[in-house]
Amino acid sequence: MIYLDHNATTPLRPEALEAMLPWLGERWGNPSSPHRFGHDARVAVEGARERIAACVGCRPSEIVFCGTGTESDNLALRGSAHALRPKGRHLVTTAIEHHAVLHTCRALEAEGFRVTYLPVSAGGVVDLDALEASLGPETILVSVMHANNDTGVVQPVEEIAALTRERGVRLHVDAVQTAGKLARRPGDLGADLVTFSAHKLYGPKGVGALYVREGTPLTPVTTGGGHERGFRAGTENVAGIVGFAEAAARTFDGLEAESRRVSGLRDRLERQLLETVPRVSVNGAGSTRVPNTSSLSFQGIDGESIVLGLDLRGICASTGSACSTGEPEPSHVLLAMGLSRREAQGSIRLSLGRATRDEDVDVTVAALAETVQQLRRISSVR
Amino acid sequence: MTNAPDEPKPAAGTPTGPVLFYTETLLEHFRNPRNVGELAEADTDGFGLVGDPSCGDQMKLWIAVRDGRIAKIAFQSFGCPGAIATSSMLTELAEGKPIEEARRITDDDVIEALGGIPENKKHCSLLGVQALQVALGDWEGRQAAKAARS
Repeated sequence: MIYLDHNATTPLRPEALEAMLPWLGERWGNPSSPHRFGHDARVAVEGARERIAACVGCRPSEIVFCGTGTESDNLALRGSAHALRPKGRHLVTTAIEHHAVLHTCRALEAEGFRVTYLPVSAGGVVDLDALEASLGPETILVSVMHANNDTGVVQPVEEIAALTRERGVRLHVDAVQTAGKLARRPGDLGADLVTFSAHKLYGPKGVGALYVREGTPLTPVTTGGGHERGFRAGTENVAGIVGFAEAAARTFDGLEAESRRVSGLRDRLERQLLETVPRVSVNGAGSTRVPNTSSLSFQGIDGESIVLGLDLRGICASTGSACSTGEPEPSHVLLAMGLSRREAQGSIRLSLGRATRDEDVDVTVAALAETVQQLRRISSVR
Repeated sequence: MTNAPDEPKPAAGTPTGPVLFYTETLLEHFRNPRNVGELAEADTDGFGLVGDPSCGDQMKLWIAVRDGRIAKIAFQSFGCPGAIATSSMLTELAEGKPIEEARRITDDDVIEALGGIPENKKHCSLLGVQALQVALGDWEGRQAAKAARS
């Protein structure tokens, strides 16, 4: 099997699995318990918090562990909106956000908030002028992803941070697709809130984190005990948090060399594909992208059929966000970039990772060429 | 709902992913679709072009009618695996059938012949049947025009 769907999830690092096992086995205490057995788990959680803070470039006290990246996004958006409601009811985000942000914005609209969805360029980059123009006295939060999950296109988050800071507007950045891929430390982006997910950087599923800059107003979404400084009630996922920290430490260590290696493979894959297969285009090719992602549009054929053709040849690819697979709607990200519905429908995403090797690229290009040719023979569209 | 008897169980070591959402029969039609292509103008007695606006799928279907039966059938499809496989299966079901029988083929017949289809793909299976209905209508129209001329 050749796995080229790392933006959906990554394999758990063996060291992370190893680090997790005691906390699923004999060391099963509750970190909040008032005895030494529980304290053992508390020490593990706090040690993990320190390691993650060191990776992303913040204070340990600024890390709030959550159940998933989606939950962290929910806490950032709902928590900010509810905390800042007296100040204003306007939020700004982009048309290309993950559904974790977009659908949360829809829910906030139903609560009476107003949301601006910023357009992006043909290259998939958010329009900074439109962003600046959208900020008003009522604006309380801007939420922009660091890189898009479908295209890998990196957003000008630091420039956005300069704009929001100037106006006293809070900034949330979903860094799920960049943490462990880009050299820039997420804590240095200038954002007030940053979302992370463990399973996108070779950690376990079921654990995420929200960086909450000290002093950022935030109302908890989950109420209960005083866990995570009151921001996220519920007994900590000790094993998951420990695995997250182990995976993050190892992924951030040596990140630059690995990113160079993977971007070399991605670029070679795209070059070979453009040479071998006619009528294919790379979405966001001219923009700054995370090293591992390639969004490809093939004229006249359907992305799901390409993905199945690849699957039957032992290659795991995706039509885009795994969260929207099965929906008839083509990628909202590609539509926002100005692709027609049919172009967006003919798109797939390849996302490379640590296990991807040179020969995988050759095999994938050959399999794609074969699949595309076969589907074009069947197609009623030229 | 109980498992259909012809629903194949995935063998150990079968790759996971979308493959398991489809039956072996459907996958076989996706890999080797029957009656792909188009009929020459001179051979064509009926043509149907249909699209599904909800997902952008499109299908073209040609029929040749001899002695009241569908003698030849061909299709082209832009769409998902469900659309391709159901179109292929439809042509297999329709080929050689008397017109009246072909007209009565439903999407449930196609789905049953494929051993089932994922719930969210059921709308794809409509295209083939619709295209055949349109092609049969076209054939009737051409017959009527011919009769009026003679």
